[in-house]
Amino acid sequence: MREVAVVAFAQTRHSATDEGQSEPELILPSLEEVRRKTGLRKYGFTCSGSCDYLAGAPFSFVSALDALGAWPPISESHVEMDAAWALYEAWVRLQHGDVDSALVYGFGKSSQGDLREIMTLQLDPYYLAPLGLDQVSYAALQASAVKADRARLDEIVRRSRADGRANPHALDLPDPAGEDFEVEPLRPYDIAPVTDGAAAVVLAAGDLARELCENPAWITGIAHRIEPHYLGMRDLARSASAAEAARAAGVGKGHVDVAEIHTQFSHEELILRQALELGEDTLVNPSGGPLAANPVMATGLIRIGEAAQRILDGGAARTVGHAAGGPCLQHNLVTVMEA
Amino acid sequence: MSLEARHILEFPGGYTRTTGPVIGRFLTELRDGRIVGVRTADGRTLVPPLEYDPETGDAVTGDYVEVGPAGTVESWAWVHSPRAGHPLDRPFAWALIRLDGADTSLVHAVDAGDVKALRPGLRVRPRWRAGRTGHITDIESFVPEVTKIVSPVRTEYVMRPGLALARFLEGVAGGVFVGCRCGSCHKVYVPYRLSCPECGIAITEEVEVPDTGTITTFAINNLPDPRAPEVPFVSAYVLLDGSDVPMIALVGGVPAHEVRQGMRVRAVWVPEEERTQSMANIKWFAPTGEPDAEL
Repeated sequence: MREVAVVAFAQTRHSATDEGQSEPELILPSLEEVRRKTGLRKYGFTCSGSCDYLAGAPFSFVSALDALGAWPPISESHVEMDAAWALYEAWVRLQHGDVDSALVYGFGKSSQGDLREIMTLQLDPYYLAPLGLDQVSYAALQASAVKADRARLDEIVRRSRADGRANPHALDLPDPAGEDFEVEPLRPYDIAPVTDGAAAVVLAAGDLARELCENPAWITGIAHRIEPHYLGMRDLARSASAAEAARAAGVGKGHVDVAEIHTQFSHEELILRQALELGEDTLVNPSGGPLAANPVMATGLIRIGEAAQRILDGGAARTVGHAAGGPCLQHNLVTVMEA
Repeated sequence: MSLEARHILEFPGGYTRTTGPVIGRFLTELRDGRIVGVRTADGRTLVPPLEYDPETGDAVTGDYVEVGPAGTVESWAWVHSPRAGHPLDRPFAWALIRLDGADTSLVHAVDAGDVKALRPGLRVRPRWRAGRTGHITDIESFVPEVTKIVSPVRTEYVMRPGLALARFLEGVAGGVFVGCRCGSCHKVYVPYRLSCPECGIAITEEVEVPDTGTITTFAINNLPDPRAPEVPFVSAYVLLDGSDVPMIALVGGVPAHEVRQGMRVRAVWVPEEERTQSMANIKWFAPTGEPDAEL
C-alpha cells in the first residue's frame, strides 16, 4: 500500500444563513488556504463531493469548478455524496502510483431549501419517498429504536454546542433547552443545524507529503461499508456497516486520541461510539461535530480534516475521521490517521 | 438590499418510473388490497419485496406470499406537527411494522390518535384508500386493531325493600332510627332486621336508637358518586349509640382529612317537609364536637 497523508486542511467559517455567496465563491477561500499551506497550485487529481438537490440544479458541481481554474484541462472527478467519499476516491487514485497529490473539496448550502424535505429525495422512489418520510422522521425512528436515554442525549448536545462555541468555524449555539419535540423522541436541538459551508483537503503521497508538511497525517486505514437501503431490513439500533468499516480500517489496532464522527443527530453518537468501539479515553468531536456545524456534503470531509488537523498540529498521535451517508447511517466511511 | 429569487424544482405530472417485476408485483397486489412479500432462497419473506436478498445479494425467488394484513409495531416516532408532504394532517406515528408472516419490517404511518396509544407489540392493520392505483400510499395509514369495545347496558327494575327495611325506612321518614334486639344474644342491630345473623333466630323486639354515634372506620373516596355531595367524600362505619353493629353512612361537614376513628357524629336530617321513606333523609353524619370516644 502506498503511503498517503493529509497534508493540509481548510474550512469556511460556517454560517447558519445564506450570506449571499455562490457555490464557487463559497469554495474559493478554502482552496486558497490549502494552496497557501502547501504551496501547490496544480494537483495530480481533483475530486469533489456535493449534492445537486441542495442547489436545486443539475450538475451544480460543474459550475463550482470555476473556483479551481480548470484550464489547461485537469484530471477531475465528482461524487454526488459527502466529500469524504471524494477523499476516498482520491486516495484510491493515489494508490495507482502515477500522481503524488490530490485536491479534495466539498460544499453545501443547505440554507437554500428545506433540508428535511430535500433528504426525502434520497430515499427509494417506490416505498419510502412517496410516503413523505422526511429526514428528521426517519432519524427519529432510529432514535426510538436505540431507546436512548434523554439525559445522555442532552449531555451530547450540551458538550457539542459548547465545543462548537470554542471553534471559530462552527456556529454559536446556546445550551440545549426546551421540552418540545420535533418528531418524538427527537427535540429540535438533537438535530444538526442548517449550515452553509465548504472545506478542502490536500492529500500527498510518500516523500512529497514529507516535503509539504512537518507532521503529515498518514492514512493507515480507510474503508467504507454500506447496508440495505430500506429501513425495515436493518436493525436500526446498531450500525453494522460502521462497525465493519472500523474493523477494516483498523480502528482497534491502537489507542485513538481523537475521533471526529459524523453525528447529524445526537443519538447517532451512541450508535457510532459502540460501532467504532471508542473508549472513554477517546476525545469525541472536540470541534463540536455536526451538531455545531453541518455544511451538508462537506461535513464528513470536515470530520477527516479535523481529525487530521490534530496530527498536523502535533497534538495527537492517532485519530479517526468518520463520515456517514444515506438514511439512518446506511453508509459509513472510517479513516484512521497516524503521525 | 440583497437580491433574492424563488426557485422551484418540479417535474410537472411527476416522473414516470418503471417498477420492474418484483416491485411491480407488490404494487399490483396492493392495488387489489393485498400485501405480498417475496421469498429469498433461504426461505425468508421480504416485505416490501426487493429484487435481491439484502443479506446475500442473490436474486430473490419467484415465490410471492400474502402477508398480514395485520402486523406488529416494532418501534415508532411520533410526529406532533405533520408537514405538507406527510400522509396525515393530524399527529401520527411513523413506525416499523412487522406484518404477520414477514421477516422484515415495513415503514409506514400509524394513525393512532395519541402517542399514548403506541407501545411495542401494538397490533395494527392497513386502512385502505378507496381509489387504489398501485402505490405505497394505497395504504392510507395503519390503524390499531380492535381490542376493546364499549357496550352500553341498561335494564330497569321495580324494587321493594322487604319487610324489615320497609319498617326501618318508615322510622327514617319520621326522623327515627329503628333497630332490634336479639332475644338470644341480646345484640342490637341497626337497621332493623327480622332475624339475628349470629343466632339464626327470628327477632321480635324493636328498639329505637339515638341519631348520635361514633366512627369506627372510614374511607376517603376520590371518585365521583351520584349519591355523594362532592369529591372527595368520606364514607364511614357509624356505631350508633346503644347499638352493637355499625351502619355505613356518609360523613360531612368536616374536611375529609380530619375524619378519624373515634370521632363523635350526629345525623344531619333534611328539613321535615322534604323527608321521604328513604336514606336521603339523612344528608350525612357531621361531627358533634364532643371528645373522641374510646373504641
